[in-house]
Amino acid sequence: MDLVDRLLAGDRRAAAQLVTLMEDGGPSARDAVAAVYPHTGRAHIVGVTGSPGTGKSTLVYELAKEFRARGKTVGIIAVDPTSPFSGGALLGDRIRMQKLSTDEGIFIRSMASRGQLGGLARATGDAIKVLDAFDCDLIMVETVGAGQSEVEIARAAHTVIVVDAPGLGDDIQAIKAGLFEIADIFVVNKADRDGAEKTYLTLQMMLDMDQASGARQWRTPLLKTIALQGEGSVLVADAVEQHLKHLVESGQLQTRRNRLAEEELRRILGQELLDRVLRGVHEDEWEALTKGVADRQMDPYTAADTLLDSFLQGLAAREKGGGGTS
Amino acid sequence: MPDKKIRVLIAKPGLDGHDRGAKVVARVLRDAGMEVIYTGLRQTPEMVVSAALQEDVDVIGLSILSGAHMTLLPKVLELAKEKGLSNVLFLVGGIIPDDDVPALRQMGIEGVFGPGASAEEITSFIKEKVKKV
Repeated sequence: MDLVDRLLAGDRRAAAQLVTLMEDGGPSARDAVAAVYPHTGRAHIVGVTGSPGTGKSTLVYELAKEFRARGKTVGIIAVDPTSPFSGGALLGDRIRMQKLSTDEGIFIRSMASRGQLGGLARATGDAIKVLDAFDCDLIMVETVGAGQSEVEIARAAHTVIVVDAPGLGDDIQAIKAGLFEIADIFVVNKADRDGAEKTYLTLQMMLDMDQASGARQWRTPLLKTIALQGEGSVLVADAVEQHLKHLVESGQLQTRRNRLAEEELRRILGQELLDRVLRGVHEDEWEALTKGVADRQMDPYTAADTLLDSFLQGLAAREKGGGGTS
Repeated sequence: MPDKKIRVLIAKPGLDGHDRGAKVVARVLRDAGMEVIYTGLRQTPEMVVSAALQEDVDVIGLSILSGAHMTLLPKVLELAKEKGLSNVLFLVGGIIPDDDVPALRQMGIEGVFGPGASAEEITSFIKEKVKKV
């Protein structure tokens, strides 16, 4: 029985091996995506993002417990950064979630970002598909501890929770563009710490401005939690369910799905084109061009055009030679 | 182009709270280009095996300083076998008396690293045993 059949039969090891296959990439990963894809589209995908140390993992753990109590199966994908120097990674999100490790209704997977910017790994989208086909009702994706512009999660999730904590910045941070704009649910975690009220009020003011501008149908809830003590997570779980209900009833779920599909297609197309163009470039030619750009003999746009032109010429020549087949 | 990485689970089964060694090893393996899943203290054998399965790791490294290795390790190995985790390399670090080493090897723990083990020793042992293309 192949891996995808075993996945669909509920084999946990097959699910784990498929995620690895997706991470490693290559032709067999693409075949697996093709086989898994018709069995996806059922799960509610929830992104959890925020700065490092705001308590994302702990909140994810509390939410997972709550959703299990509500009878849902839960998938968790936790992304941590890859070292740009060694290519290795230390994935520590599981520490906070280990008590869930042996629950058969939960599947937790740690992923290294492997050089991808934006808060997710290249293969996160494919790992979501695996867990979706594995019959997880709800999939939580915890991003790399995010800065201001790590907003990739908005292109992968139906509902985005942004977690903030006291003491991380003034009110101007809250009205800057970026991370805070993608929240469907706001959480002020560590609400028992000094300054929590100020953080709460700052965010409240920002949300009021959003509301006044009339740009949004959904009023983003602002919730306080003390995740370490499990306080407030029930309310966050309620908000997650309400948001999904809102998406379904307003017809926005379809809009979001279309947008996610478009973004994914665009990303894959870009990657494929890049791979194909680069595959056709001889190493010497590549070196000569990069050196030319570095030495200011050629600007980078012209260099890119040169590569694209020779790629297209190669295609045209092959078409002529091969009589148009394949 | 396939981008394969060696994935390692580092866990501390049992009740002692000395996790410095486990953290140092985790860091060393990270710097050797591996993806290290660190699960922390006080893991039961069930937790270790279930995490290893979900994370699809190539290596399980266990740190034990409590002297309970002859009780905990057979349980981990047995569960791993039960769950079909074949092809996983088992390592143990910590305080392991020399007399116990042959028995551990017999059980299927391939690498035993005591307090004097160097970073280089551990990483090259793993790279040697886990061949990834």
